[in-house]
Amino acid sequence: MIAIIDYDAGNLKSVEKAFISLGQEILVTRDSSEIIEAEKIVLPGVGSFGDAMNNLDHLGLIDTIKTVVHKGIPFLGICLGLHLLFEKSEEAPDVEGLSLLEGEILKIPAQKGLKIPHMGWNSLDVKQGSKLFHGMEKSPYVYFVHSYYLKAADENIVSASTEYSTHIHASVEKDNLFACQFHPEKSSTVGLKILSNFADL
Amino acid sequence: MFTKRIIPCLDCKDGRVVKGTSFLNLRDAGDPIEVASMYDKAGADEVVFLDITASSDGRNTTVDLVRKVAERLFIPFTVGGGIRTVDDFKALLREGADKISVNSAAIMNPTLISEAADKFGSQCVVVAIDAKRREDGSGWSVYKNGGRVDMYMDAIEWAMKAEKLGAGEILLTSMDCDGNKSGYDIELTRMVAEHVSIPVIASGGAGDKQDFYDVFVEGKADAALAASLFHYKELDIMDLKYYLKKKNISMRMI
Repeated sequence: MIAIIDYDAGNLKSVEKAFISLGQEILVTRDSSEIIEAEKIVLPGVGSFGDAMNNLDHLGLIDTIKTVVHKGIPFLGICLGLHLLFEKSEEAPDVEGLSLLEGEILKIPAQKGLKIPHMGWNSLDVKQGSKLFHGMEKSPYVYFVHSYYLKAADENIVSASTEYSTHIHASVEKDNLFACQFHPEKSSTVGLKILSNFADL
Repeated sequence: MFTKRIIPCLDCKDGRVVKGTSFLNLRDAGDPIEVASMYDKAGADEVVFLDITASSDGRNTTVDLVRKVAERLFIPFTVGGGIRTVDDFKALLREGADKISVNSAAIMNPTLISEAADKFGSQCVVVAIDAKRREDGSGWSVYKNGGRVDMYMDAIEWAMKAEKLGAGEILLTSMDCDGNKSGYDIELTRMVAEHVSIPVIASGGAGDKQDFYDVFVEGKADAALAASLFHYKELDIMDLKYYLKKKNISMRMI
């Protein structure tokens, strides 16, 4: 059973429906005891860094997330869910992230002719050996919607990157912790394969 | 490589996909759920789902239909037609829609754009503009209620205002070209694209592959939308994408 953490942050339904279409059993929950017992956990998210951390705090989920990650339960952050795993974001400079991974979230630099948010399909440069991208071609197209991007401190955890105004770390993997900047649940067959790889871990 | 987008539009009426010729004569083109999921597999980058009768007869887009479509569609999709309030946005986004398109309601109440953008983010607020060339050649006028009522508003000014209020994208339909298959209104599309810094989806008039190339290159569109061309299989999406890619337009290939 995969738990999707419900903390009032958008796109839950899309993520849930994508996993259901893959035949997975899903529990959408904000209950700590249910999250701790899940086989796998997904932290989705659309919205802003500050609001999201506040919601997690008010729901008492910050410690829950840290506990399950330290227990070694496979954990997938999507979009804002990736941002939250890191230490801080330019979107809310005074708010501390979950700090489970080292790095920061920066605003995509303005560049003439490029629109922000980075919204649409872009190709990835996938690192060999990545678990999430197992069995896939080297430069798959995935769907992005974001104005802030990850710059991970340790490039070794980056499993895929893309280019849009700057070099963007689009996916990370470290032990049981996985995260994507893009939306696998909106990335057609490629995205479903990524979710299926996570479900099969 | 960031790509231009090809978007089939599912105009819907009474839960079925239809497509009007110049907005009025409707033909049945199938079940929206089947059609949407077929387009995902066929290489569409996004799907727009418009309840074309909703504004004029006061019917809300069925949340049920969106819920069912979202179960089968794993590419971004936009829903429009009859959306009037922030609560309408919420109900549809909650069921899995990625973006909401507003047209008449935004014209009558522009603060709907800013309220929705504040609450859900600009990325999910699409302002649809139905524009028609003025007879005196002085530009384009905005029409509401599915192209039935001339608002005597300038289309370019309205697009700029919509951006300022927080719109994340403009869905621009040329009423002059719609249904004629003689090409997009390149001039209108370019004028709007050059006056806003949010993506512009060109709509109305696609007849062949060259029309898409023209609207991307000369019209400066970020995305191109078509309905009947795809529904009646006059043009295969991947054939179109191969053609555009060969001509150096960045495309997502599957």
